[in-house]
Amino acid sequence: MWKTHGWRDVRLGIKDLMLHKLRSLLTMLGVIFGVASVIAMLAVGEGASRQALDQIRRLGSRNIILTSVKPVADEGGQPNRNSFMSVYGLLEDDFLRIRETIAWIQRVVPVRLIRKMAALGERSLELRVVGTTPDWFTLVRRPVIAGRILGPNDDDQSNMVCILTERGARRLLATKSVLGQKIRLGGSVFEVIGIVASAEAGGAVQAPDQNVDVYIPLSASLSRYGRRITYRTSGTRELEQVELHQILVEVTEEQYVEEVARALEAMLQRFHKKTDVKISIPLTLLRQAEATKRTFNIVLGSIAGISLLVGGIGIMNIMLASVTERTREIGIRRAIGARRGQIVMQFLIETVVLSGLGGVIGIGVGFLIPLAISRLSGLPTQVPLYGLALSFGISVLIGIVFGLYPAIRAANLHPIDALRHE
Amino acid sequence: MPPLIPQQPPVDPETIIRFEHVEKIYRMGDHEVRALDDVSLAISPGRFLAVMGASGSGKSTLMNLLGCLDKPTAGRYLLENRDVAGLDDNALSALRLRRIGFIFQSFNLIPQLTVRENIELPMFYLDRDSATGNRRALELAELVGLSDRLDHRPAQLSGGQQQRVAIARALANDPVIILADEPTGNLDSKTGRQIMELLVRCNAAGKTIVMVTHESRLAAYAQARLHMSDGRVDRVEEGA
Repeated sequence: MWKTHGWRDVRLGIKDLMLHKLRSLLTMLGVIFGVASVIAMLAVGEGASRQALDQIRRLGSRNIILTSVKPVADEGGQPNRNSFMSVYGLLEDDFLRIRETIAWIQRVVPVRLIRKMAALGERSLELRVVGTTPDWFTLVRRPVIAGRILGPNDDDQSNMVCILTERGARRLLATKSVLGQKIRLGGSVFEVIGIVASAEAGGAVQAPDQNVDVYIPLSASLSRYGRRITYRTSGTRELEQVELHQILVEVTEEQYVEEVARALEAMLQRFHKKTDVKISIPLTLLRQAEATKRTFNIVLGSIAGISLLVGGIGIMNIMLASVTERTREIGIRRAIGARRGQIVMQFLIETVVLSGLGGVIGIGVGFLIPLAISRLSGLPTQVPLYGLALSFGISVLIGIVFGLYPAIRAANLHPIDALRHE
Repeated sequence: MPPLIPQQPPVDPETIIRFEHVEKIYRMGDHEVRALDDVSLAISPGRFLAVMGASGSGKSTLMNLLGCLDKPTAGRYLLENRDVAGLDDNALSALRLRRIGFIFQSFNLIPQLTVRENIELPMFYLDRDSATGNRRALELAELVGLSDRLDHRPAQLSGGQQQRVAIARALANDPVIILADEPTGNLDSKTGRQIMELLVRCNAAGKTIVMVTHESRLAAYAQARLHMSDGRVDRVEEGA
């Protein structure tokens, strides 16, 4: 009953539509804008979430980041025997405990951050001195540009060596010949042994990287600068005692991340009565961001879907008018011997051609809108491939769904009545 | 008391159309309109029959029933010895497509299709491949003298030419019966004559023709004339 002549039917459908070019175009507009808005919305949503996901992904999905935070209670100025000095944060003991007792850990990297004036020859510059272990460089995957990175001996023997970042070296007007030279960091003198690439914009594992970093062995940081850190802020002195600012934990497999995080939390709760450590899990953030993205896409998609629905109703409206207008033609076809199914197919093919063509044009327009948005507002956009298939599929489906009723109505006209219709 | 065995007219294998006590009743709201009232007739193959009568006499209803566009309310209609009462919509469509050709007073060509496509339409619905359809459309256009107008649209043709296209279309699937409803009603007498001559040629080629007309001049082309009034067959005139 549904047998058709394939291309010949489609060709006849197009021919009928071409008889009313303006009407067909206006009918298609609904679908064109519906599809275009679906694609544009998906592109904006996809672009925004991809940006967020990339940032999180760069933190490393297998990593867990522990950060020392100043406890809120200390700021209240409560009588405290250390009131002149805040003591908080991660301890070297935490680092050792994690390394020795928690399973599924690939590597643990302690980080100590102190700001010091650096002097190399005539130039001086405030740098962030990062005390860490050789594992740092493996974890953040910074390419070595010259010299070498920290080795195990440097940490064990508290060697007075340091590694500059590319940017830091440039700011200090250092060339490759800087290797082996002495640099003064605060009160101590270190030998430059290597240069690594600067962090990419957007930050890698460590906190925001607007700082120009210099890396030294953790043991050297602790022994040379002591455990106390003095900040001078607008004339007042503030004293803090922080052993480690961060501990980066890399888990062996992604699937263990949450379990390791729970173990870390339990450990921290036992040894840190004050809540002075923040734990952040990029994987969890990633999952949340992905969930948000899904919700976002559904909401945007639904809004765009409504415009597609409106387009479909427009098609149905025009097809119903067309059926009325062509009642006599339907009567002639039925009298000649066309079966009901053949009449249904004829009208259905017309609506599907209409909506499918609208879908194709809509996809074209839908590509241009995100381009314009990116150009004008700088928002990242990305047209997802599934969006193309989805919106084309939906527009064809709309043709079928909204074309079916007019088509069936056409087929159910009684041939005699239809023939008599003027 | 009705007879135990209903009396049936003898089945004649030489009969292509047989009406047995056919009634057609239309319901218009509350009251019924008896469009056909106990009509019995038999038409043998190859006949040319004219149906005459005033408007409202049941001519059109008769034609609709003959053309399988409608079913009788009572009685039997045997087309080639086959009762159409039991057929569903698809089977009736198939009958119209293969066995019956229609010619209408107002030509009823499909305006957006070319002459060729109009002639091909019945073959299209019969699933003929387009090469066969094309070839046959050309043959038929030659037969009706319009082979140079194949790519014209109906609106570009005169009334007589349009009716010739309609005849070509009616012949497309090589039907056994041609039903013509006032085929020259919209034409001047000269073109009307040309159309009648075409019909006579079809009849000579073996097609059974039933033609509705109210002009006795045209009815004279037929071999027999059926006069109708008030839904009944008044009388049948034989002879040309």
